[in-house]
Amino acid sequence: MTTAFRRAAFARSLSLAFALALASLAAPARAAEITVKIDNFTFVPASVTIKPGDTVVWENVDDIPHSIVSKTPGVFRSKPLDTNDKFSFVFAQEGTYDFFCGLHPHMQGKIVVAP
Amino acid sequence: MANGQDDSGVSRRGALECMAWAGTGLLWTVAGGVPKVNQILGVASANAQAATGFTFAQISDSHLGFDKPANPNTNATLEEAIAKVVAAKDKPAFMIHTGDISHLSKPGQFDDADKIIGASRLDVHYVPGEHDVIDEDNGKAYMDRYGKNAKGKGWYAFDHQGVHFIGLVNVFDLKAGGMGNLGPEQLAWLADDLKGKSASTPIVVFAHIPLWTVYADWGWGTDDGVKALDLLKGFGSVTVLNGHIHQIFQKVEGNVAFHTARSTAFPQGAPGQAPSAGPILVPADKLRSVLGVASITVTQGTHALAITDAPLA
Repeated sequence: MTTAFRRAAFARSLSLAFALALASLAAPARAAEITVKIDNFTFVPASVTIKPGDTVVWENVDDIPHSIVSKTPGVFRSKPLDTNDKFSFVFAQEGTYDFFCGLHPHMQGKIVVAP
Repeated sequence: MANGQDDSGVSRRGALECMAWAGTGLLWTVAGGVPKVNQILGVASANAQAATGFTFAQISDSHLGFDKPANPNTNATLEEAIAKVVAAKDKPAFMIHTGDISHLSKPGQFDDADKIIGASRLDVHYVPGEHDVIDEDNGKAYMDRYGKNAKGKGWYAFDHQGVHFIGLVNVFDLKAGGMGNLGPEQLAWLADDLKGKSASTPIVVFAHIPLWTVYADWGWGTDDGVKALDLLKGFGSVTVLNGHIHQIFQKVEGNVAFHTARSTAFPQGAPGQAPSAGPILVPADKLRSVLGVASITVTQGTHALAITDAPLA
């Protein structure tokens, strides 16, 4: 290999190493995925506390369809979930998110997003 | 019953006794607020035929598309229910379906229902259940099929031989923590519909979720149902037919008789007697004894409508 080539290759690997180091410094802690199960017309658990950026996955293990609807209109709304269907939502902002089942509104739960 | 929120007028023991009696085909009439056993089905029907009047059928909660252990074949049990309706001694003039026709609002499920129910060759008046309005367009699938002559989200009225029938829709705009919901637009329509009707006009109101509170913990009631019932005060004969709870509940309050029908698909637990409001698994040979249809007979000159529940087997 020519000296110029070696210098270029070295420069490339140096900047790559530098970029990787920067990236590992800047990367946030790995976002978590939390599951809320739906069984017997109940959200289990009914209340969950997560960090901003975490994902909540609702999984319907009941033998009847349910849906997930945010109490504040427009924040999140799932299709009807039959048995074994899932719905997930990433909670970027802090806050308390009440939700209920669109078919059976007496079923309620909440996601608390706190740093 | 454990639920202290509502005095249903019938104790749990009384309700179970009523259910057992209804299952054997005894004919009840209600007069002056007191249910009376008339006589065994068959003899009473002969009397009803002799007087002027008519009979109509109520089926409910067919849930076509449900295929879990509680009933792996809801199409078959609906077929049996229709056969039973058609074979009744008192031929029904038409049928009412109090909702949850389908399980997931899918076109194939509605198609199957239309085919199976169509075999009865009866006029059928539908109201939607919450399972019928979960298509992507939030109820358009139901309205396109069944809401041709309806207002708003599917409510309407019609008359038959002097009896005024009102189909109400209480499965839209449900609020967190709430129960069924009629909404102000529908209530305004109802008030207008009833205006000018004489107090002696028999009224039959049908809707999916019970209009009175059967069990609030499971959402078995309608938040603004009382407003509808207030509009019906003053009529001498009011019959309220509902579904949703997949079991028979009856009560009488003054001039109003309430009746919820069995499902043709699967049973649900008695209030507070099961972990949830969901399907109850019974032994396969018992399933048809907890599914059923209802026959309602109007006899001219009497205030009370005779409601008879019959199990599939």
